[in-house]
Amino acid sequence: MLAILDYKAGNQTSVRRALDHLGIPCVITADPAVIAGAHGVIFPGVGAAGQAMNELLTTGLDKVLKDQVQAGKPLLGICVGCQIMLDYSQENDTRALGIVPGECRLFNAAWTEEDGTPIRVPHMGWNSIVQKRPCELLKGIEPEAEFYFVHSYYPAPPESYVIATCTYGEEFCAIHGGPGLWAVQFHPEKSGRPGLALLRNFYAYCKEASRA
Amino acid sequence: MLSKRIIPCLDVRNGRLTKGVKFEGNVDIGDPVETARRYYEQGADEIVFYDITASHEDRGIFLDVVERVASEIFIPFSVGGGINTVEDMRAVLVAGAEKVSVNSGAVKNPDIISQGAAAFGSQAIVVGMDVKQVQKSEAIPSGYEIVIHGGRKFMGMDAIEWARTCEALGAGELCVNSIDADGTKDGYELTLTRMIADAVSIPVIASGGAGSPAHMYDAITKGGATAALIASIVHYGQYTIPDLKRQISGMGAKLRMVW
Repeated sequence: MLAILDYKAGNQTSVRRALDHLGIPCVITADPAVIAGAHGVIFPGVGAAGQAMNELLTTGLDKVLKDQVQAGKPLLGICVGCQIMLDYSQENDTRALGIVPGECRLFNAAWTEEDGTPIRVPHMGWNSIVQKRPCELLKGIEPEAEFYFVHSYYPAPPESYVIATCTYGEEFCAIHGGPGLWAVQFHPEKSGRPGLALLRNFYAYCKEASRA
Repeated sequence: MLSKRIIPCLDVRNGRLTKGVKFEGNVDIGDPVETARRYYEQGADEIVFYDITASHEDRGIFLDVVERVASEIFIPFSVGGGINTVEDMRAVLVAGAEKVSVNSGAVKNPDIISQGAAAFGSQAIVVGMDVKQVQKSEAIPSGYEIVIHGGRKFMGMDAIEWARTCEALGAGELCVNSIDADGTKDGYELTLTRMIADAVSIPVIASGGAGSPAHMYDAITKGGATAALIASIVHYGQYTIPDLKRQISGMGAKLRMVW
């Protein structure tokens, strides 16, 4: 079973619908006991980093998340969830969770696309990723697959944490983390077949990890 | 590099898919959930649903369509038609849409854009603009005027000015629909699309007039649009989405080709 963290700042229901479709048992919850009993945790998010952090701090879910990571529970952060796993976000000048080092930065509107046109912010739509190191999440997914992004800020962890990059004006980090602790800037729950495959891979990893 | 998006638009009336020309004479052409699923499987990059009745009693039927779509289709979709308040926005977002499109509701009350952006984030707020070409004048210097009520009511607002206002109020995206081109299959209104794409820095969707892959290619190149909205061209089976994508990609545009 996967726990989808309920902190009123996420797209919890979209994630739940995708998992339901895949036949993966899941529950949207803020209950620490339920989270502790799950095979893995999905940490979703849309909206602003400041608001998301406030919600986590007032509910104490920041501590619950950190404890789970400490205990080795597999975690998948999505979009704002991916961003606030870092130390800091420029959005609302937000001190974030610090589970992974690095910060989150605003896209520079002076950047241009390969064809010379200025980038529009937010980065909204489908884009491809380039895998930099092996990752269970991407198993079986075609390298040409594209994912759905919608964000104005991008994660910038140290290079050793970067699993895959995307290019929008300049190259930025699209997936960071390592085995059992992943964060994706795009929305797998809205990225069609490749996105669903990524969620299926995450669940397979969680089940395997709980057996080990 | 970001791919340009191909977005089929489904007009829904009483829970059924319909299509008209220049906003009139709508006929029943199928089940919206079935059709949306077919487009999703064929590689549509996003889907737009428009509730063209939006009368109070039919709203429930429409929200039910939105919920069914959200359970079966795993790409983003937006919902418009009859959105006049933040509560209207909340209802469709809770039902499972990623984005909500405001049109005449925003023309009558522009604050709804900033209220929606504050409540749900700019990425969730699309402003749909219906535009007609008119004589250039002091009030309408661009020669493109905002209209509502399916093109029947002229608002005395310049389309370029309104686009800038929408961006400043926090819209995340603009969908520019030419009433003159709508349903004609003669091609998008490229001059209008380009003027608006140049006036704002948020994404712009071209709408109205798609009749061929070349029209769509023009919209996302010459028109400066980041996405092309289509309707009749796919609803009646003239093209499938893979046909369109192959041809437009063959002309040199970057599209999502694996799905």
